[in-house]
Amino acid sequence: MNRTNWRKLKDKYMYLILVGTALSILSILTGIICFVLYSGWSALSWDFIFEPPRDNMTSGGIWSPLVGTFQLIVVSIIAVIPVGVLTGLYFSEYAGKGLFPKILRLAVRSLSGVPSVVFGLFGLSLFVIFLGFGSCLFSAGLTLACLTLPLVVTASEQAFRAVPKDYRDASYALGATKLQTLVKVVFPSAASTIITGIILSIGRVAGETAPIIFTGAAFYTSKTGGLFNEVMALPYHIYILATAGTNIEQTRPIQYGAVAVLLALVLGISSVGVWMRVRMKRR
Amino acid sequence: MLNINKHSSNDTKIQIETKDLSLYYGQDKVIKNISFNIYERMVTALIGPSGCGKSSYLRCLNRMNDFIQEARTEGEITINGSNIYDKATDVIELRRKIGMVFQKPNPFPMSIYENVAYAPRLFGVKDREKLDEIVKSSLEGAALWDEVYGKLKTPGTGLSGGQQQRLCIARAIATEPDILLMDEPTSALDPLSTLRIEELIRELKKKFTVVIVTHNMQQAARISDYTAFFLLGDLVEYNVTNKMFTSPDDRRTEDYITGRFG
Ligand SMILES: Nc1ncnc2c1ncn2[C@@H]1O[C@H](COP(=O)(O)OP(=O)(O)OP(=O)(O)O)[C@@H](O)[C@H]1O
Ligand SMILES: [Mg+2]
Repeated sequence: MNRTNWRKLKDKYMYLILVGTALSILSILTGIICFVLYSGWSALSWDFIFEPPRDNMTSGGIWSPLVGTFQLIVVSIIAVIPVGVLTGLYFSEYAGKGLFPKILRLAVRSLSGVPSVVFGLFGLSLFVIFLGFGSCLFSAGLTLACLTLPLVVTASEQAFRAVPKDYRDASYALGATKLQTLVKVVFPSAASTIITGIILSIGRVAGETAPIIFTGAAFYTSKTGGLFNEVMALPYHIYILATAGTNIEQTRPIQYGAVAVLLALVLGISSVGVWMRVRMKRR
Repeated sequence: MLNINKHSSNDTKIQIETKDLSLYYGQDKVIKNISFNIYERMVTALIGPSGCGKSSYLRCLNRMNDFIQEARTEGEITINGSNIYDKATDVIELRRKIGMVFQKPNPFPMSIYENVAYAPRLFGVKDREKLDEIVKSSLEGAALWDEVYGKLKTPGTGLSGGQQQRLCIARAIATEPDILLMDEPTSALDPLSTLRIEELIRELKKKFTVVIVTHNMQQAARISDYTAFFLLGDLVEYNVTNKMFTSPDDRRTEDYITGRFG
């Protein structure tokens, strides 16, 4: 009798603890959002988004860094898709259990644990210097692609693995080759999961600063440029405003306005990914 | 089991000749030196308790066991005059000549049309009219046309279980194979859908040699011409279905059929 009560009590406490941790996570997120909005509210307006920075970045908006960030996202997506998806395909369909795939797998897993600043230095030496692309959108995009690579590889591999064996069996039994089965059945069934994975991974890196500082982010450019120009990017812009601006205190609202936009962008991308994932689960 | 020839009339031709076939999964010998002939345009039922090797045997016939790494066969299966386990056999060509229907309906996540057109497309049919024709005749052959002709572009996965299974049959016969292998095709279906598939199988045997695995004795009795009884990897008895279900030669067959074990 006493024992049962004690057990019930423990159950209740466990429940409370779990709810508590969940709530604390929620409150951290809302805290951040409220703080950012509160500090940056006065700067936010449509002009703020569509105007480039002016007067040594003490006024104006964030149009050029915002466009730069979009450009970086596009370049890195285009770069990461073929390599990431094909590597995922290799792991899921061809690798088997040999030593080489094992080493490769370990490499990919380790890659996802490498700090982003190391990727920045790697990008600097490989893309900027060794391959001679210089400090530009292209180099920075490729560096971000390297950062997303392990995420995309893992997401793709899982997506390919999740394709039911039933489909493969049916295809083979109809006389399809392995390649035909992959192209016509496995790939289409995995595609939407892979796209979701890519969107989520991009959401994770779009806000990164370290990888682009040495590889292509501009301190300031008034115009938006091409593949081989330096670009402004939101995260780096914020970093500069907060540490190296002409008048750091006075530009606080601009800083937090930019943070709010970046946050909205990253959360927006991630929620699109999450929404797609949920929708696919329902089907 | 050799007295089978007494029962077969003269015009039945051998479609599949199994000679001293054994199948191993690693060390386990799951099919043990079986030999028997499957006749053209007949329905042959494979029965036996769970795990006796029926599905394994079926997968030997279109070499689906090739995908299982530790699987190894000995002996011969001769189809249309050549041993399919010969080195020279083109497995893709073989599977084209043999359709397979699985236990669980498994249409591709594509439209009904694309499901049926899948195999013909693989083998190079591109002409739209030709494809339309194949899709129509296959769906008719699978007794599904009347139910789906207005919604060929909708996903095959949106059909009912019984319809999905008939879609899989349509898909399997779209390349006009000689043989149709079915592994418990009705075990996931309701009685009414089951009945429809059984009717369909009786139709199908006019054009195809059908080999069907079933756990349902009544089903085997209703639709098959020949029945093979497997037990722990042995082929215990192979006989004309009528004979098998009225006066089996082997005591173990009788016990199984009458439900005394299995
Ligand atoms: N991929 C596999 N690897 C190893 N052993 C297997 C494999 N598939 C089947 N077996 C074994 O082979 C034996 C025969 O299996 P099989 O699936 O052919 O039986 P079955 O007669 O079809 O049974 P059921 O009526 O339950 O479908 C079983 O002992 C099973 O455990
Ligand atoms: Mg089976």
